Formats: sequence, structure tokens, C-alpha cells
Amino acid sequence: MPLPGLPSAQPYIRVVGMSKQILGRLSAMLVTLILASVVVFIIIEIPPGDYAERYAYKLAEGGTAVTEADMQALRAYFGIDRPLPERYLGWIKNIILHGDFGVSFEYRRPVMQIIGERFSLTGLLLLFTLLITYGVAIPIGIYSAVKQYSLGDYAFTILAYAGLATPNFLLALVLLYLTVTYFHASVGGLFSPQFIDTPLSWARLMDLLSHLWIPAIILGLAGTGLQMRTVRALMLDEQNKLYVTAARARGLSEPRLILKYPVRVALNPIVSTIGWELSRIISGAPIVAVVLALPDTGPLYLNALLDQDMYLAGTMLLLMTVLTILGTLLSDVLLALLDPRIRQGGKA
Amino acid sequence: MAWVEADRAPVAKTRQPANQENKYYVATQFQLMWWKFKKHKLALIGAAVLAVFLLISLTAEFLSPNTPYTRDADYLFGSPQIIRFIDAQGNLHLRPFIYAARGTRNPVTFRITYEEDTSQRLPVRFFVHGDPYSFWGLFSSDIHLFGLEKGTVHLMGADDLGRDVFSRVVYGTRISLSIGVIGVLLSFVLGLLLGGVSGYAGGWVDNVIQRFTEFIRSIPSLPLWMALSASLPRDLSGLQVYFAITIILGFLGWTSLARRVRSKLLSLREEDYVMAARIAGCTDSRIISRHMLPSFLSYLIVDLTVAFPNMILGETALSFIGLGLRPPIVSWGVLLQSAQNIQTIAMHPWLLTPVAFVILAVLAFSFVGDGLRDAADPYAR
Repeated sequence: MPLPGLPSAQPYIRVVGMSKQILGRLSAMLVTLILASVVVFIIIEIPPGDYAERYAYKLAEGGTAVTEADMQALRAYFGIDRPLPERYLGWIKNIILHGDFGVSFEYRRPVMQIIGERFSLTGLLLLFTLLITYGVAIPIGIYSAVKQYSLGDYAFTILAYAGLATPNFLLALVLLYLTVTYFHASVGGLFSPQFIDTPLSWARLMDLLSHLWIPAIILGLAGTGLQMRTVRALMLDEQNKLYVTAARARGLSEPRLILKYPVRVALNPIVSTIGWELSRIISGAPIVAVVLALPDTGPLYLNALLDQDMYLAGTMLLLMTVLTILGTLLSDVLLALLDPRIRQGGKA
Repeated sequence: MAWVEADRAPVAKTRQPANQENKYYVATQFQLMWWKFKKHKLALIGAAVLAVFLLISLTAEFLSPNTPYTRDADYLFGSPQIIRFIDAQGNLHLRPFIYAARGTRNPVTFRITYEEDTSQRLPVRFFVHGDPYSFWGLFSSDIHLFGLEKGTVHLMGADDLGRDVFSRVVYGTRISLSIGVIGVLLSFVLGLLLGGVSGYAGGWVDNVIQRFTEFIRSIPSLPLWMALSASLPRDLSGLQVYFAITIILGFLGWTSLARRVRSKLLSLREEDYVMAARIAGCTDSRIISRHMLPSFLSYLIVDLTVAFPNMILGETALSFIGLGLRPPIVSWGVLLQSAQNIQTIAMHPWLLTPVAFVILAVLAFSFVGDGLRDAADPYAR
């Protein structure tokens, strides 16, 4: 903490405090990442039997005889004949040095190639969902608090609770039913039929965006409800404090007053939980994607799991974890930027 | 603490009707919580709904008109049958009845559609003899709460094999709720243990456990559950899968509870009464369990209530996509598996009824959780 009467020390402490915090977060993040990779690798390895056996079984079903020697050769080809720690280190080494996450057994292609474009779709969907969640939740939350107990407040409260309680994949299911029976159209997919196999273009991107909002709303509904309630509660706490009264007494216009004073304070906890929100969205995304038949990583992940194509599945789980961790880091940095108390070491 | 009441009661008398005030001062903490909980109307409704669910899962065999596996070959994909009191001619009947179903086959699609045959009334009776069952393995019976003299009634329609959806949902309630209960208990024990050790020991132990908790929280839960249940051996029996899924759900759900326990313990560690207990020579475990735990037990109950929907949703999601429980076992998620493809939903929407049950259960748990949160600290305004 800066000593009183020594204002010159302020900027120094500020920078040190912030970079130290971020450094601390980064090292914690590294530990988490290493742990995550170990867990993912263990999950990759748990399924009984190995891929060589299942592959041989498939071949045998097709009429090709497979001998024990062939099996060994297969194991050597897939690299599953070495001991576990060695395979783990090899896997990690390839990831770090070559960005190579291993080979998908099912597709016989590098995992990254398969995930490629699908992952950008997932990323876009996540971003869109976050934008919709906060874009809707923050204004409505502020409105609900400023006009507490108004008709609008009650309406939004009910909506928020309904959104919170409806599991998103079931919502997707019900929505599918409604659109098919009443509108004779399907909300599934991300592209109109004429765009499915075309290369990326402006028209295709627009088409994608016009489809993206439905899964984004489904994914973000629970989060929107929650954030709405949180913003409202925080605003209710803040808006009756004395500094707000003081600002009002000085004659500030009401919109400016609300935005500049209580909102700034109330938004801090919101910003600091973006990481959790992202984690929630990532968690729900695969299953919603499966229900809505989105051509992103969701169905791919499920199929990889069902086929026990474990390098593919493991890589995707690892990527989701990395995204979550990055989200948490991002919200920490944002919070430090927004809140001078945190910036200076979080003791205030 | 008799002297406290003796001290306060006279003062109270001067302010309010004596009876009420006295009751307030001699009330136990849980009485106070109950009084406060009662004021939360939504929570009361939620609690009532949960009680009904509990009753359903306890008496599933008796409540359902069929076993979940009985096939009614004459009513494949049959729509829900409506219980009526007034017949097609407008006459009132005191005994409820349904109309018999008449199946006609569409000559083009070969799909059988069922219509009500208004000439044939089938009265619905209570306590009828039906499929034999063994009630919790205690005794055998064949009496069901309601049903027809002959044949079966399908309140929520029938599925592709002619199995009664209502009966299956009733049985599914038992499985889905029990997964929630066992999973929550498991994570309760783990959370209490790890959070307790972390908060009480402090130092490097705390640090390690905290990093570990953070790590588990940073892996998206549903994908992790999916991966873990996908790596279960394929040849497990239905019951083994049930326990494995419960353990998977329980083993990853303890983190928020552990955090709560830890932060409470950390703040309570410095309290005078803990110091007093320590000076009096209490052991660590006694201090935790007798002195510290009771002071935040109510918060733990809140956390438990809030954890329930997660477990239930986890099970539903896993089973729904085919990674959780497997068909001979009936749970809400397993039932929804058949509603996965769009044709089924469009043509046989009644297969979606488990959705309503899931949402109802989740809502009820969240309302009860809300009410408990308000009641957890009965001394707050």
C-alpha cells in the first residue's frame, strides 16, 4: 500500500501491482493447463482396449485376417505400444513444438485439420452468445433496477427466472418442435442449403450470421437471466448510496448520472465473472449443437466420444479448457483496467 | 440458555402481545428459519412440488397404471387419452371414462392413426388389478391407483413399442431424483472434507487444494462429464452404469461447496468462541464439527439445494445424448432419447412430456433454494 503523503510512489505501485497480479494469474494458469493436459490424456487412455484392437476387429469383420504380428505393427503405427508417461511426453512435445495434437483414429488425419474450420464456427458462436448475453442483460438489468417494481421490472424478472430454469438443450428441442409444427421450417443448421458447400464469401457470412442468433439465444438464455438478475441486484445496492445522492444534488442529468456513477461500480462484479459465463456457455455448447445439428465442433466431439476416437475428443476438451482459462484471465485483466482498487493490489 | 430468555421476556411483553414475542425468543434456529421460509410463497410452492415428486418416486409401482416395460401392441405411438366426465352426447357421468381407441391405417404412409371411438366408453376405476409388481422388494401386489377393468389407459400417450409414457415418466422420476440425491450427497461429503481441511489447515495444504479446486472448475463440466462417461467400459450392466454416472456427477460437483466451507472456516477461525474452545482443550475435529459447522450449516443446505438441478440436468443431458444411463433403466434423460430426431417430435410430441417434468423439478429446486437462502440467516432483517 502506498504511504500517505507520498503520491509520487503511486504510478510505480500501480504498475507493479498490476503486472504482478497478471504474472501471478499467468503462472496459476500454466499450472492449470499442465494439470488439464494430464487429465485429458488420462481420459484419452481410460477406455479399455486400444484402437489397434478395434481397428483389427473392423478389418476382421470385413473379411481381412489380422494376425498378432499385424496388431503389433498397427500399435507401432498408431504409437500406442510405448509406456504411458512416454506417450504423454511425446504428445505434449508434439503439441508444443509442432502444434500437432495427434492423429484421429477414425479419420486417419491430424486432429487439428479436422477441427479446423469447425472450431472457428464454434468460436464465432461463443462470441456471439457472449455479446447477446451481455448486450441484453446489462441494459435490462439497469432498467429493472432504476424502475424497480414497475410492470417492466416484473415482466423481465419472470422472463429471467424462466430463462434460468429452462435447460438449454431442452429449450432447443422444444423450439425445434414449435418451428417444425407451426412454421414448417427447421431452426437447425447454420447455413441455408445453397451455402452449405460454398467457399467463404460475404454472402455466406451474412447467411451464417442470420442463422447464428437462434443457437446464440438458446445458449445464452440462462446466462442472460442470471446476469440480468445480478446487474439488477448490484444496481439496487449502489443507486441509493450517498455518492449518487451527492452527484444528483450537484445537478447531473439523470442518464449521465446513472451511467457514470452507480453503473460503473455495479459492472465490476459482472466483468469479473465473464470467465465463468464463458465457461458455462462452452459447457452447454456441444449438446445444444448436437440437438440443433450445427456443423461446428459439438457433433464432432460427441461422435469422437461415441467412437472412442480419443485424441480427437481429448484435443477438443483441452481446447475448451484453454478457452475457459483464457476467458478467466481476460476478465481478470478487464477488471484490473476497470477498477483502480484492484489495480493497486486489491487491498482497498 | 434459560437466563437469556428470562432476561428478555419482560421487556418484550411491554411491546408486543406476550405470546408471540416469547415464542420468538425461545424458538430454535430451525424454527426461526421455518418461519422465515414460510413467508417465501414461491419457495413453499416449490417445496410442495418437490414433496409430490418425492411421493411419486416412492410409490411409482402403485401410481403408474402399467410397468414401464408393458407393451400395448394395439396402441403403438398412440396419442394421450383424455379422461372425460361428459360424453359426446353431452351427458354427465360421475365416473370418469375414456373412449376406446380405434386404429386406422393410412393407405399411403402405412402409419396407424388412432381415433376415439365414441360408441365405446371405458370407465376409469381406482385401485384396479393390473400388472403384478414387487413394491420396493417388500411385498408383491397387482393393485394400481387407477386403470381400466380391461386394457390400459395412456394419460400421456404411448411410445414406439406401445409402452405407456406416463408410467415410464413416473418410474423415471425415481431414477432421476435418486441420481440427484446420491450425487449431491457424494459431493457434499467431498466438499465438506476438502473445504474443511483447506480452510482449517491453511498454509500449503490450503494452497494445493485451492489450485486443485480451481483446476476442476476451469474444465467445462458437461464436456468433461461426457468424456468420462464415454470412457466407461461398454460391458457394464445397467446398474453399474447407474452408479458410475452418479459417481462421475458427484465427484465433480463439490467445488463450489468446498469453496463455501473454506471461506466460512477461514472467517470463523478467528472468532472468540473458537479460541475459547481451543483453550478449553477441544480437539480440532471437535472444534470443526461441534463449534464451527453448526454456525454455517444452513448455508450448506442452501448450496445443496442449488446443486440438485445441476445433477439432474447433468444426468438428463448425458442420457439424452446416449452417454449416460442406458435403456433398460428408465430416467427422464433416457426417455428423451427417443425425442431426439425431428420427425418423432413433429409427429409424436407427447414423447416430450419428460421435458415438463425436468423443468418443473429444476424450477422447484431453485425456488426452494431461494427461500432457504433468505431463511438461512434468520437473524437478518
